Amino acid sequence: MTKLLSVRDLHVGFGRDPKANEVVKGVSFDLEQGQTLGIVGESGSGKSVTALCINRLVDFGGGRITAGSINLARADGSVLDVAQADEKTLLGVRGRDVAMIFQEPMTSLNPVHTIGAQIAEAYRLSQGLTGAAADRASLDVLERVRIADAKSRLGYYPHQLSGGMRQRVMIAMALAASPRLLIADEPTTALDVTVQAQIMALLAELRAETGMSMIFITHDIGLVAGIADNIMVMQNGLAVEQNTTGAVLDHPQHDYTRHLLRAVPHFTAGAAVRSDGSRANTAEPIVRVDDLAVRFPIGKAWFAPRGAIHAVDGVSFDLMPGETLAIVGESGCGKSTTARALLGLNQRHRGTITAGAGNSSHPVQMVFQDPFASLNPRLTVEALLAEPAIANGRKRDAALRERMIFLLGRVGLPEESLTRYPHQFSGGQRQRLCIARALMLNPDVVVLDEAVSALDVSVQAKVLELLVDLQREFGLAYLFISHDMAVVERIAHRIAVMFAGQIVEMGEARAVLSAPQHSYTKRLIAAVPAIERRRQHFAVDMTQVPSLVRPPGYEPPPARWQQIGGDHLVREETAHEQN
Amino acid sequence: MAKMLAALFRHPSGRIGLVIIGLYLLAAILATLGLTPHDPLKLFAIDRLKPPSATYWFGTDLLGRDAFSRLMLGIRQSMFIAFASVAIATIAGTIIGLLAAWWGGLWDGLFMRIMDVLLAFPAILLALLIIAVVGPGAMTSIAAIAIVYTPIFARVVRGPALSLKQREFVDAARTFGSSQTYVLTHHLLLNLVAPLAVQVTLALAWALLTEAGLSFLGLGTQPPTPSLGLMLAESRNLMQHAPWLMIFPALTIMLGILGFNLTGDALRDILDPRTQGRQP
Repeated sequence: MTKLLSVRDLHVGFGRDPKANEVVKGVSFDLEQGQTLGIVGESGSGKSVTALCINRLVDFGGGRITAGSINLARADGSVLDVAQADEKTLLGVRGRDVAMIFQEPMTSLNPVHTIGAQIAEAYRLSQGLTGAAADRASLDVLERVRIADAKSRLGYYPHQLSGGMRQRVMIAMALAASPRLLIADEPTTALDVTVQAQIMALLAELRAETGMSMIFITHDIGLVAGIADNIMVMQNGLAVEQNTTGAVLDHPQHDYTRHLLRAVPHFTAGAAVRSDGSRANTAEPIVRVDDLAVRFPIGKAWFAPRGAIHAVDGVSFDLMPGETLAIVGESGCGKSTTARALLGLNQRHRGTITAGAGNSSHPVQMVFQDPFASLNPRLTVEALLAEPAIANGRKRDAALRERMIFLLGRVGLPEESLTRYPHQFSGGQRQRLCIARALMLNPDVVVLDEAVSALDVSVQAKVLELLVDLQREFGLAYLFISHDMAVVERIAHRIAVMFAGQIVEMGEARAVLSAPQHSYTKRLIAAVPAIERRRQHFAVDMTQVPSLVRPPGYEPPPARWQQIGGDHLVREETAHEQN
Repeated sequence: MAKMLAALFRHPSGRIGLVIIGLYLLAAILATLGLTPHDPLKLFAIDRLKPPSATYWFGTDLLGRDAFSRLMLGIRQSMFIAFASVAIATIAGTIIGLLAAWWGGLWDGLFMRIMDVLLAFPAILLALLIIAVVGPGAMTSIAAIAIVYTPIFARVVRGPALSLKQREFVDAARTFGSSQTYVLTHHLLLNLVAPLAVQVTLALAWALLTEAGLSFLGLGTQPPTPSLGLMLAESRNLMQHAPWLMIFPALTIMLGILGFNLTGDALRDILDPRTQGRQP
């Protein structure tokens, strides 16, 4: 095998003084022809900057390579030091030798051109194809990325495609130049887990077909486990460990790698569920939701609406004191709408929500996904924490201040935080603030809407621990909304799986995760990347989510439930749902 | 507030703007206290149309009144009208814009269409309309300018308020039952201070100019009370014999507008969200 890429002692800095503001501090690695390297690290570890140096896109972000060499073997057999190359040479390298796909496929595609035109453009630039030849090549490459009905899709605009389809189009554009190296920078982070599995399977198949090398950047070590030959773990601009995938995963040498593998939630199919708090049937539920439906009317005509999005359609569940019910599902399945309806933030179309006699006038409180957006940037922490109390008629007195300091301490923040503003805190600290604020009114139920999803993996683990501690201490019930099965496994007592606005399976966490019954749950769980399952082969699964737009007057067929074991309910599937 | 002034003073054009505004405010205060070199209304019959001298710094007018003293009083009059009208417009426009954004739907449509109608009138035309009803005077100028600027403030407030309304911290406030007033003042208005501050400064510059225009046409301040526009109007026929009567009021108007505009630009730089992270 020949060396495709050899990076030696790479240093990259930003700003006016790149030497002082180094982000990458001496990274070296090699990549053989046809091999895949996974670069793993948390945000700020320098993993993306390292990859952006290989095609020198880092220059456009204000970065400067201050030392080191990047030797790339080009298609004609010559070796180029990318770190020293001029812009003209680099134009030939980008696309042709090194192609790249990014995290957010919507912003990487031009919204005013059809995808056909954009792929044809890639062919014109890289191979000089024009007219019919470019169109034919575009059609070919769309079929290669497994887009069904490729001919008509060529005339589509990016907004008409789903996120997974867009990412496939991005991959098609990258393939147009038959690159020798494909850099994928968190290509599936913005996608749902089943779509992520589709893209990962596609990338693996394409690599086998074309023999290209890949550099795969991710924060999720479980995700690269199945695709990478070698793994490089980065922390604070240094490569702390690099070796073959098997060696890194099975015999990690560096503390940080061990931390990533142990402290961070990894999906284990029900083996790591909580053992405390088994459900007592005698207790009175603290919240009971019955036949909840939320609909958003669309395209209002003069007299009658032309239909509605049935975001949530006939959802029922109950929540016992001190227990965690996790609602899992993919984007658009109605899990967040359910949570918001519980708080009265969305209008209900139908259904009842009964909150049991609690110890507060606002027994249900909520923590939102984005800790940057849910705290008013112009208020001090003191004002932010006091707001729920003031809203309920309390004075800003010494007792209130004492409670604020108590809760701050409880979530692990110092008393001095009171006079500071939200932007002076990190993401994890802000989410702690949000949790403290939600506890100000002494609620019985806290709705956590993707509350740890925006956090870095190791911060995520700490916040989850805090949530479990708080649950035990205050006897809280959690409604935990998440798309992340690994996180859900750590905190849930019971799990409800939502699909297309309805609950399709509900039951004790271990039962649902280890023995899923509904076809959607099975698909969802099979798609979760896991280190233990890295040697399994996944086929490209093309199932699409059905549309939730229904004509006026549509009512879903009544759910028929099948009971499997004590507390495990599965919705019976109609023949229509199964195909 | 003190922090903002300090930041303004560090900004090069902000410093010039602040100095100019400071001088104008000083002149206005001295004029109010009667501390002018001469009585601005007193006629020095023997000293008519004197050019600038040690006694009469900016010369005298056709009736023998001291131009410098009258200019000081004119600044007071113009600044008073500008500040009063912009204050009214800011308060009215902010309330209308906030409520339009918050209530949405029909209210939004109703409020903003009324604002559109008002925006269609030039200030002078609107002033004529008001004068036809109540007669000319300083109060007429204030009313006309305030009405003209209200829709501008309503628009400046409504846009960001609409996006703030969708923010998660407003949703969060709803979940713990905060009152509408609390959400409007703490979550919306507090986040609107920066765009409003810029708009207020720039509106002051325009108000100064509009006031001068109105009194130049005889629709605003009435003689013998001096105002910048009125002094310009009086100097019109004497331009060749006594150019100082025109030059000094014109320069005063120009400098005043420059002062407010420079301050406004500096404020915009300072409050720019891209540099905001550096100061709380």
